[in-house]
Amino acid sequence: MSTGGDVPAVVVDGVGMVFNEGTGGEVAALDGIDLTIRAGEFVTLIGPSGCGKSTLLRLIGDLLTPTAGGVSVFGRSAHESRTGQDYGMVFQHAGLFDWRKVQANIELPLELRGWSRSDRGARSSEMLDLVKLDEFSDHYPRQLSGGMQQRVSIARALSFEPRLLLMDEPFGALDEMTREHMQSELLRIWGETGTTVVFVTHSISEAAFLSNRVIVLSPRPGRVHSIIDVALGERTPDTREDPDFFAAATTIREALRSVGGAE
Amino acid sequence: MKLRRLVQRGTSLGPAVVVGVAGFGLWEGTVRAFGIREFLLPKPTSILAELQAEWPVLRHAGWETGRIAVSGLLVGILAGVLLAMFTTRFRTLNEGLTPLAVAVNATPIVALAPIFNAWFGITGTLSNQAVVIAVVFFPVFINTARGLTEVHPDEIELMHSYAAGEWTIMREVRVPNALPFFANALRVVAPLSVIAAIVAEYFGGPQDRIGNVITSNAGFARYDVAWAAIAVASAVGLALFAAALLVERVSMPWRLAVGGSDSNNNPGRET
Repeated sequence: MSTGGDVPAVVVDGVGMVFNEGTGGEVAALDGIDLTIRAGEFVTLIGPSGCGKSTLLRLIGDLLTPTAGGVSVFGRSAHESRTGQDYGMVFQHAGLFDWRKVQANIELPLELRGWSRSDRGARSSEMLDLVKLDEFSDHYPRQLSGGMQQRVSIARALSFEPRLLLMDEPFGALDEMTREHMQSELLRIWGETGTTVVFVTHSISEAAFLSNRVIVLSPRPGRVHSIIDVALGERTPDTREDPDFFAAATTIREALRSVGGAE
Repeated sequence: MKLRRLVQRGTSLGPAVVVGVAGFGLWEGTVRAFGIREFLLPKPTSILAELQAEWPVLRHAGWETGRIAVSGLLVGILAGVLLAMFTTRFRTLNEGLTPLAVAVNATPIVALAPIFNAWFGITGTLSNQAVVIAVVFFPVFINTARGLTEVHPDEIELMHSYAAGEWTIMREVRVPNALPFFANALRVVAPLSVIAAIVAEYFGGPQDRIGNVITSNAGFARYDVAWAAIAVASAVGLALFAAALLVERVSMPWRLAVGGSDSNNNPGRET
């Protein structure tokens, strides 16, 4: 990684978020969040609905501004990081543009950065290779399945080698088999790129399978309830049947139960 | 692939052609069989004969009326699109103007034709053009404004995460998103522009236009000529509608690729 030494990827410092502040219809979404994410780490945010996990992701991504506290990303403010284009984002809705072919979708962030056509072409081919969609570069998004669209979305988010990848329930709309396949793919890509990932989910098994650490949030207002280390080593398809995997899932489930959000 | 599509298109037009020809045959047969008098309903063959006999007058009238329709159409579209883009940038303006535009659009704008004559002159073409522009403007403005604003919030957030500015978002997201909405408006206003031009001509403007040819010939009980003029007007309207469909196809190749058909009128995108 280009950031040498021990600069953490994300530092969330005493962050609070109140929506509609001063209008009478105030909603306290987050309160007193402290969190440090190391460079290269894969961290999952999990919690019952209303715990503010998506809000926290948007605060880290500077799509929202906290009403208390601050967020820094690789030593800079979240705002500087966003305008410096450090972020890759993937949503549940793949968010591909219908009017751009797969390759052109992947190249969009590169275009916005003023890359030359040949550089863009070279990079998008690499990314298509990475997500194993080489032969679909000339298709329109609507011609692809949901899982394939989400792979394009990931390729697009990674195309400019962002230092931080923010993912908001990216596999939430996929069926179980596609979802497990995509999780393995994501870990492979993460292993190859070494990027830092913050991943929002409400799936216990997804959190256990993917993460180095799972942040469990409690609702109304969202607070950090517990942080669970998941030490499963390298994930393989067998990991899903490993007793340690079940143990990690159980720990997460019990934490969720205690905050009133077991699924 | 291309050939197969062409053949499919040809065969899909087949039934329409058959029904059309049968319709004219039925019309001709009915008029002859029941001895319906020509001033009530002329036979298609008599209309065709007048179309040939009066061709120089009708051709000129069709051309001039077509010019009014097309120029009004272009100005109305340009004004509608520009104002839609402008109001999209200012939310309050958009929220104030759109309901107003919807309300105005629900009123019979062609009823303004005699008033436009007073404003813009009864002998020139300006008042006729003004009617066309007014009729075209509102559907284009309303639909385009919807297309520019009804963008999936994730797509806007994504662009923000790339630190894209408002103009980039307009160019890369809002405008392409609005294209299907705009195309729907175009399908409506292209033939509507001809209707508006003719109705405006009923009330004033130069005397050598389709509207006047219809009223003056009907006034002299020359209904077959009036019908011939209506046929010319229909041809102009159909030509403009076809042009609208062509614009739609050329501007949105992705819709064709995913198997969208001409009858697919839904601009909304799956989410």
